[in-house]
Amino acid sequence: MSEGAGRGPVGTPADHEVEVPAELRAEIEEIISRYPQKRSASIPALFAVQRRYGWCTPEGIRQAAAVMGVSAPYLESVASFYDLFHLEPAGRHRILVCTNISCWMRGGDQLLDAFCEATGADREAAGHGGALSADGEIHVSGFECLGACDLAPMASIDERYYGPLEDADAAAVVDALRSGAEVLPDREMAKRPLAGGPDGDPDPRVAGSG
Amino acid sequence: MPESLETRVLFRHIDEPGLCRLETYERYGGYTALKRAFRDCEPGELVSEFEASGLRGRGGAGFSMGKKASFLPHGDMAKYLCCNADESEPGTFKDRELMLKNPHGLVEGVAIGAMAAGATRAFIYIRGEYAEIADRLDAAVAEAYDAGYLGEDVLGTKVDVDIVVHRGAGAYICGEETALLDSLEGKRGNPRLKPPFPAIQGLYDGPTLINNVETLMNLPNVVNNGPDWFKGFGTEQSTGTKVVSVSGCVRRPGNYEIELGIPSRDIIYGLAGGPPEGRELKAWYPGGSSSPVLGPEELDLPYSFEALAEAGSMLGSGAIIVADDTVSIPEMALRTARFYRHESCGKCTPCREGTNWTVKMLERVVRGEATPMDLDIIASVQENIIGHCLCVLGDAMAMPVSSMVRRWRHEFEETIARAREVAPAPLEPGPAAVVSGAGA
Repeated sequence: MSEGAGRGPVGTPADHEVEVPAELRAEIEEIISRYPQKRSASIPALFAVQRRYGWCTPEGIRQAAAVMGVSAPYLESVASFYDLFHLEPAGRHRILVCTNISCWMRGGDQLLDAFCEATGADREAAGHGGALSADGEIHVSGFECLGACDLAPMASIDERYYGPLEDADAAAVVDALRSGAEVLPDREMAKRPLAGGPDGDPDPRVAGSG
Repeated sequence: MPESLETRVLFRHIDEPGLCRLETYERYGGYTALKRAFRDCEPGELVSEFEASGLRGRGGAGFSMGKKASFLPHGDMAKYLCCNADESEPGTFKDRELMLKNPHGLVEGVAIGAMAAGATRAFIYIRGEYAEIADRLDAAVAEAYDAGYLGEDVLGTKVDVDIVVHRGAGAYICGEETALLDSLEGKRGNPRLKPPFPAIQGLYDGPTLINNVETLMNLPNVVNNGPDWFKGFGTEQSTGTKVVSVSGCVRRPGNYEIELGIPSRDIIYGLAGGPPEGRELKAWYPGGSSSPVLGPEELDLPYSFEALAEAGSMLGSGAIIVADDTVSIPEMALRTARFYRHESCGKCTPCREGTNWTVKMLERVVRGEATPMDLDIIASVQENIIGHCLCVLGDAMAMPVSSMVRRWRHEFEETIARAREVAPAPLEPGPAAVVSGAGA
C-alpha cells in the first residue's frame, strides 16, 4: 500500500479509518491551532482523551492520533513518559499524596497509608505508580514533590491542593468524594495567605517605586 | 515594631483580594511597565537594562538574565520565549504562590521578555499538577488579550506577542530547559545535547530564550524603576530580592521574600521559626533537594549565590529544606535518591544506572545489610555520575548524596551497625542459595 497524500508516518491511522467523536475532534483541532507545529498538541490532546474517557484508552489514543496526523504508537510513547497519564483505568477521582522529602518529614507516608485504608487501595501498588479503590472509583498514588511543601503533608485531590492534612482527614475526604460533597474547604491551598502575614510598612526603597 | 526580615517587592499586595483580575492588578500599577517597554524602548535597550540590573536566573542556575537574552541572534527569523513554570525541584514552591496570586504579573513579565528578545510567540510551560494555577493563567492571558496587551499590534506599536499556557504532564526532567523544549514540541521529555544552546537553536529550531517564572516577574520592576534601583537590593553579585521556600522541620513553613545576602539563620529561624520546641537543626538543603547539604555551622552564611557557592553548595531554586535531630540522614539520602531514580529519563547510562544503584545501596544501609565499604562505593558512584551526562539530573542526586555520606559518615556507619544488631539480616542470597532453595 502506498502512502497516500497527507498521510503521516507508518502506523498513522487515516482519518476515515477512525471514528472520532465530533467534540473531541473539535477540541483537538482547536489545540493544534495554538501551535506553529501540530505535534506540540500531543500533551493537551492526551489530556483531552483522558478527560473524555477517564484514562488514555487505546481507542482514544487512536482517535487523537488520527486528528493530529501522527501514529498511535507515537502518541502512546509520549503518554507513557508522563506520570499524569493513565494507560489503564484510573477511576473517577484522583488522589496524589506527596511522599517526597519535606512531606516525608511531616508524615506523608502515614497519610498515604491512611488514604489506602480509607479507599481500600493496595498500599504497595499505591506507592509504586498507583492503585484503585476496591470499587474502582478512586485512584490513589504516592507522588513525587507536588510543589506544596508548606502544606506538608498534603495531597492533590481531583487536581486541587489540600493541606496540611491529618491521617484522620483521609476518611472524610473519601466520604466527601463518594457523596459529592465539598472536600475540606478550610484546607484548600488556594485560600492560604502568605506565611509571613499581611504586608507591614513597605521598605522605603519599595514605597517610592513605580 | 521590629523591622521585618522580609523585603516584599514581588510579594507586595499579593494577598490583596482579586489581584488575579486585571482591574485590580492595574489599580496597583500593573501593565505600566509593559506600556513603557512597548511604546518607549528598543529591544536592545531593554536587554541592556536587564543585564545592568544584575538580575540572575531564579530557576536554579543563576545565570545573568540579560546576558542570556543577549545571546539570541538578531534578524527576522521566528524566535520564541519559553517561561519555565515546571517548578518541580523538591522543596520549591515559590512560583506556585507567585502565579496563583498574581498571574498578571507573570503575563506582563513574559510579554516584556518576549518583546526584548524579539520573540512574537511565548509559551508558559507549567507543570500539569498545577492545574488550578494553569486555569488562572489562562484567564489572565484572556483578559490581557481583551485589553490589547497581547496579540497582534500590541497597543498600536506594531509589535506582536502571543502567549500560550502549556500544561506539562508530570515529569521533573521537563524543568531542564532542553527537555522542556522537546516536551513542548510534543515529544517525550528527553534532554538534548548542548551545544547548540537554545538561544541559537531551541524551540522548533528557532532562537529561544528560556527563563524561570520569578526571573520574568522581576522584569516589570526593572523597567519601571531602572537597573540601579534593582541593584539597590542584595549584594554586588546577587542583586534584588528572592522568594525563598522554607519547608521541613520548621514551625512556619512557607514562602518568604528576602533581600539577597541576609544571614541564612534569619530566614530559617527569624522567619520560618526554626525547628519545633526542644529540637535542634541538624542539616539543611539551601537550594532545593539537589543542593549539597549543609549543617548548623553554616547557618550564618549570607543567603546569596556567591556565599553558598563558596561554601560548596548552591542557592539553586531558593528552597530551604530543614532537617532536625529526629531525622535520619541515611533515610533522607535514600528519599532524595529515590526521587532522582524515578525521574531519570533513562537516556544516559551514568544517570539511569547510577541513580538505581545508589538507591539499592542506600536501602542496604538502612536495612543493615551494608558494610562500611559500601559507603565508599556509594561515594565513587556519585563521582562517576557528575559531569558525565547530557543534563544535570544525575548530578542533582550525586551532589546532595555525596555531601551527606561525606559529612555524616559516622551516622551512616552507626545506622549500619545498629540495624545489624537489631536484625542481623543475611546478605542477599547468591545463585547457589537460590538453586538449593528451589530444590527444597
